[in-house]
Amino acid sequence: MSESQLTEARKSESPNVQSQSDREVFLRPPVDVYEDGTGITLLADLPGVSRDRLNIQVDKNTLTIEGQMVIDMPDGMESLYADVRGTRFQRSFSLSSELEVDKIEAQMKDGVLTLKVPKRAELQPRKIEIKAS
Amino acid sequence: MFFQTYLESDLSDQFERMRRQMDSLFGTWPSSSSIRAVAAGSYPATNVGASAERVDVYIFAAGLDPQSLDIQLQQNLLTFSGKRELQRQDNASYYLSERFNGEFRRVLSLPEDIDSEKVEANYRDGILHIIVQRREAVKPRQIEVK
Repeated sequence: MSESQLTEARKSESPNVQSQSDREVFLRPPVDVYEDGTGITLLADLPGVSRDRLNIQVDKNTLTIEGQMVIDMPDGMESLYADVRGTRFQRSFSLSSELEVDKIEAQMKDGVLTLKVPKRAELQPRKIEIKAS
Repeated sequence: MFFQTYLESDLSDQFERMRRQMDSLFGTWPSSSSIRAVAAGSYPATNVGASAERVDVYIFAAGLDPQSLDIQLQQNLLTFSGKRELQRQDNASYYLSERFNGEFRRVLSLPEDIDSEKVEANYRDGILHIIVQRREAVKPRQIEVK
């Protein structure tokens, strides 16, 4: 129960940015991951990503979250200051076998993704009743 | 990725162009030397862009109630502060807890020629976008040679 079932698949050198090639810069979204009796919940901050620009994929046991940020910019704009230097988010996690990948539920609200990965029903903890004699 | 239908590639080309525009604009800018620059990773992340007509401020604040944000513009100093309270699950074990939680306050210095009376702000998909118009006098004007 206390063993981590959803672990990060790839470690990047820099805390916020991972570079896949010379041209592409992926932003690494901050996440919260917690586990309760029913499964694992992951929350990710993906500002600027709408539902239709979000891509969640499960390949074998790897869960990948990708999102494209959309920003409304006027023509002829020049940058004065930039904390955010890319527009694509990406982060991967590996899932363990007791999680039901077919039943992942995703919800997107105000740039926050909530992913619920349930555990197989037979593996969910059961409360053991102690009967008074 | 290389074998797309014409329709798909047309749509994605259009999108790709926009993405490149954004990436080339903010991606290559050198680190700010402003005295009000903050350490990387400060919350909320902010980008500022300027064109002849206006200054655009983008505050990357996912999951924030925009009503809880206090935004003030005093001359050319934009201050925004607020609180992000994440709901913690009591009966759960946490493996990662990276998302910002707590109070924040940031000050940005904008170009001095902004018109602090002409400000608008909107919040969409976790980005707060503040647009401040610049004063007429500084907009580039075509000079006619007679």
